[in-house]
Amino acid sequence: MNPTDALIAALLIPVAGAALVALAGRWPNLRETITLVTAVVLFATVTRLVPGVIDGGRPAVMALDVAPGLDLAFRLEPLGMLFALIASFLWIINSIYSIGYMRANNEPRQTQFYVCFAVAIAATLGIAFSANLFTLFIFYEILTLTTYPLVAHHGDSEARNGGRTYLMILLGTSIVFFIPALLWTLSLAGTLDFVPGGVLGGAASPTVIVILLALFAFGIGKAALMPVHRWLPAAMVAPTPVSALLHAVAVVKAGVFTIVKVGVYTFGIDTLSAISGADWLLYLAGFTVIAASIIALRQDNLKRRLAYSTVSQLSYVILALAILTPISVAGAALHIAAHAFGKITLFFAAGSIYTAAHKTEISQLDGIGRVMPWTMGAFAIGALSMVGIPPTAGFVSKWFILTGAMDSQNLFAVAVIIVSTLLNAAYFMPIVYQAFFRKLPDNPGHSHGEAPFAIVLALSLTALGTVVLFFFHDTALTLARQLAGIS
Amino acid sequence: MIALHLPALQVVLPLIAAPLCALFRRGLLAWAITLTASWLAFAAAIMLLLQVIDQGVVSYELGGWMAPIGIEYRVDLINAFVLLIISGVGAVIIPYAQKSIAARFGDAEQAWFYTMYLLALTGLLGVTITGDAFNIFVFLEISSLASYVMIAMGRDRRCLTAAYQYLIMGTVGATFIVIGIGLLWAMTGTLNLYDLAQRIPEIENTRPVLAALAFLTVGFSLKLALFPLHLWLPNAYAYAPSVTSAFLSGTATKVAIYLFLRFFYTVFGGGAFFESTPLPEILLILSLVAMFAASTVAVFQSNVKRMLAYSSVAQIGFITLGISYATETGLTGAMTHMFNHAIMKAGLFLLIGCVLFRLGSVKIEDMAGIGRKMPITMAGFVVLGLSLMGTPGTVGFISKWYLGLAAVEQGQWWLVALIVIASLVTMIYIGRVVEVAYFREPTAKVAQLKEAPAALLVPAFVLVGAAIYFGLDTSLSVGLAQNAASLLLNAVY
Repeated sequence: MNPTDALIAALLIPVAGAALVALAGRWPNLRETITLVTAVVLFATVTRLVPGVIDGGRPAVMALDVAPGLDLAFRLEPLGMLFALIASFLWIINSIYSIGYMRANNEPRQTQFYVCFAVAIAATLGIAFSANLFTLFIFYEILTLTTYPLVAHHGDSEARNGGRTYLMILLGTSIVFFIPALLWTLSLAGTLDFVPGGVLGGAASPTVIVILLALFAFGIGKAALMPVHRWLPAAMVAPTPVSALLHAVAVVKAGVFTIVKVGVYTFGIDTLSAISGADWLLYLAGFTVIAASIIALRQDNLKRRLAYSTVSQLSYVILALAILTPISVAGAALHIAAHAFGKITLFFAAGSIYTAAHKTEISQLDGIGRVMPWTMGAFAIGALSMVGIPPTAGFVSKWFILTGAMDSQNLFAVAVIIVSTLLNAAYFMPIVYQAFFRKLPDNPGHSHGEAPFAIVLALSLTALGTVVLFFFHDTALTLARQLAGIS
Repeated sequence: MIALHLPALQVVLPLIAAPLCALFRRGLLAWAITLTASWLAFAAAIMLLLQVIDQGVVSYELGGWMAPIGIEYRVDLINAFVLLIISGVGAVIIPYAQKSIAARFGDAEQAWFYTMYLLALTGLLGVTITGDAFNIFVFLEISSLASYVMIAMGRDRRCLTAAYQYLIMGTVGATFIVIGIGLLWAMTGTLNLYDLAQRIPEIENTRPVLAALAFLTVGFSLKLALFPLHLWLPNAYAYAPSVTSAFLSGTATKVAIYLFLRFFYTVFGGGAFFESTPLPEILLILSLVAMFAASTVAVFQSNVKRMLAYSSVAQIGFITLGISYATETGLTGAMTHMFNHAIMKAGLFLLIGCVLFRLGSVKIEDMAGIGRKMPITMAGFVVLGLSLMGTPGTVGFISKWYLGLAAVEQGQWWLVALIVIASLVTMIYIGRVVEVAYFREPTAKVAQLKEAPAALLVPAFVLVGAAIYFGLDTSLSVGLAQNAASLLLNAVY
């Protein structure tokens, strides 16, 4: 299969999977087998694309010419490759987890769940592979719309309200800021294509670039930059597998991925660093990192704490981009990968606790590590990665971001990274301490052991992945360096 | 032979079919006649369009009488495009009508309904195709009278007052138009649009011509439901049978917009003349008010059909907004949106007609949980609703993209902001329906429902498919609209 065919296949496989899942809705075992097989085939297909991209190949497909300047087209480049690789790999593990979770909790409408999930993955790959902003925007909206039923899955009033906030903020910001940004970019640069070095350099005045940057930064609501982050905590009403893969990996990473893409391929790092007014993004990202961490510190609900931690970690990526040195841009790309493994592990653990112990609040977790050693062990590894302690993946990306900040003598960024590391430790480590070193309450109310095997398997795999990524990050690093233009 | 007489056939086919339906008085037979006539009219419109693309303006002398004395049918790209929209909507709706109409009426009434539909179709096609100002008035009255009857056949008795309201307002509008035409005739001595276009520029600043313009403006604005002359529309669309609402929303207002464009641009002297009048500013303000006021009112409707009707007023605001720019991109956006809105709104009315067919009500609160019982219907509703908001990949995005582009070209960023905010309001009223339909527990009544029959779903989904297809391949819609816009702007006839 040549790279172009593999590219098209990767986009179609999850869609085909969704159709088959829908048809097999009556037979749960068959349905789940199809999901797993689709995920594995997809990952295998995406993997085939990697060597070509590393050798400098950029397979491209032109699908449709919608209107002048608006093309539906795909083109694979290093960052998209990295993103697709992470999303498709974690989909396999997440599917194993979903099977355990959805069955153990007797969730309703499981077929709808798996169908929407597969379509959401297809949209994620569409985002990863898009060759221009218009294509990216289409898949960005599809991703919002297909994840909405997943957020509102439970159908009670809490889920409805959460879903409404989710949809209103994500669709609203994209319509109000993102579309005008597209219009403006097209009218200035004459193209929406992603071009290394950017298309806006020389085409727009510094003031316009600053405004345009704001339109993109807030229009891409999925990146959860404050104050458009509110949808993410609201989305926590979803079943945990959704929070894990979509709201720790696919959806939020699609947001920061888009921001990095826009920064590197639409504005151009050099264009942005030549303009002093673009600094505000750095400060806002820094503010979001710290503020979200402080809010996380005050949450007792585990999933909400994780959600605010995600808001904070996403802004790391934006901060890394906004430092505007090649090494920090590489760090941004790496952090997309590192955070994905760490955070999915943490969410898996939260769902595992909910499934086995029916507990959702942190204050209820005293001594739970003794009954659920696998779950809490994995949680500890995920937490270490969030803080950035070796040997976990979080260390590698933080190291690159910090090096970039040091190199450019960006004291603000250095300070933000140090303070937030302390805050990360402050809101994760007590949970680990509580779980392992406090006694179980005398009257647990409900005796339980570990969660079902599928859940434990999935979270152990991602925890393992977090460690493995520390030692073997060549592929990710090569792709990140290619993105940043470091040979 | 057929190719030569296509312009006449375009109008004569449905005109002959209408009395046939009335004569036979059998529901199914009348429907078959109507279906044949509608499809033939659609085929004629396609062939005419091809002819126009191929050889430019097609002129046809009715009865062989030379132009200034006899009536001339004159087809250029602009009205060929509108003919395509009208006959296309008709061709999709009639297969749907059979099941929908037969469910409520006896044989004789069905036949009357089809007769009226065919007359309305004749009138609308006639208005569009003719090159004679008085003939426009005649056809306009034919279509209006027929549509009053079609509205009055609704299932709710309120449709009678709605039809009466429309009758009064429509007649006022038609009167204004005929006065305007009369003044033009008095000043130029001709009713032929082509001749008018030649003679008016010399006298366009005389008082009677300006008075004529004022009368025509008000008359057309009433017919196209420009805010604040839209008051007849919400009740008419809300209480008419679904087929009528779908047909009128896709065609009647579009034809009035066509007349507006034809007179102000083609007859009076293109973009330059249009900009010399105060119309661009007036139209801009009224369009913006329509976009916001009507959308906001739509949010508070409890009857979904009425909500869609107010949405129509808002969407017409988008079209007139494009007209008010008086630039090629703006007119392209406006004409594209005529095409796109016809697809979306006709589709939405057909789908909500499916709900009415099964549930017997289109109150929002009665539709709780209907997404689970009528999944296909509501899926179509969601897709068209998304399109109405302007989601990329659908027709709604394309129209709004061009309207936005036109504003950017003139450096009017605040207009882009208003367009996107208006889209947000659209999101709210569509979202309300979707939420009730999918995330509330079905009521006892909804729980027994079955999916709508295929005879209703297939035509509706042809429009849903079109909303996506023309959102991705715009060579037909935007391509034609762009050429038509350039003709309008330069007053080429």
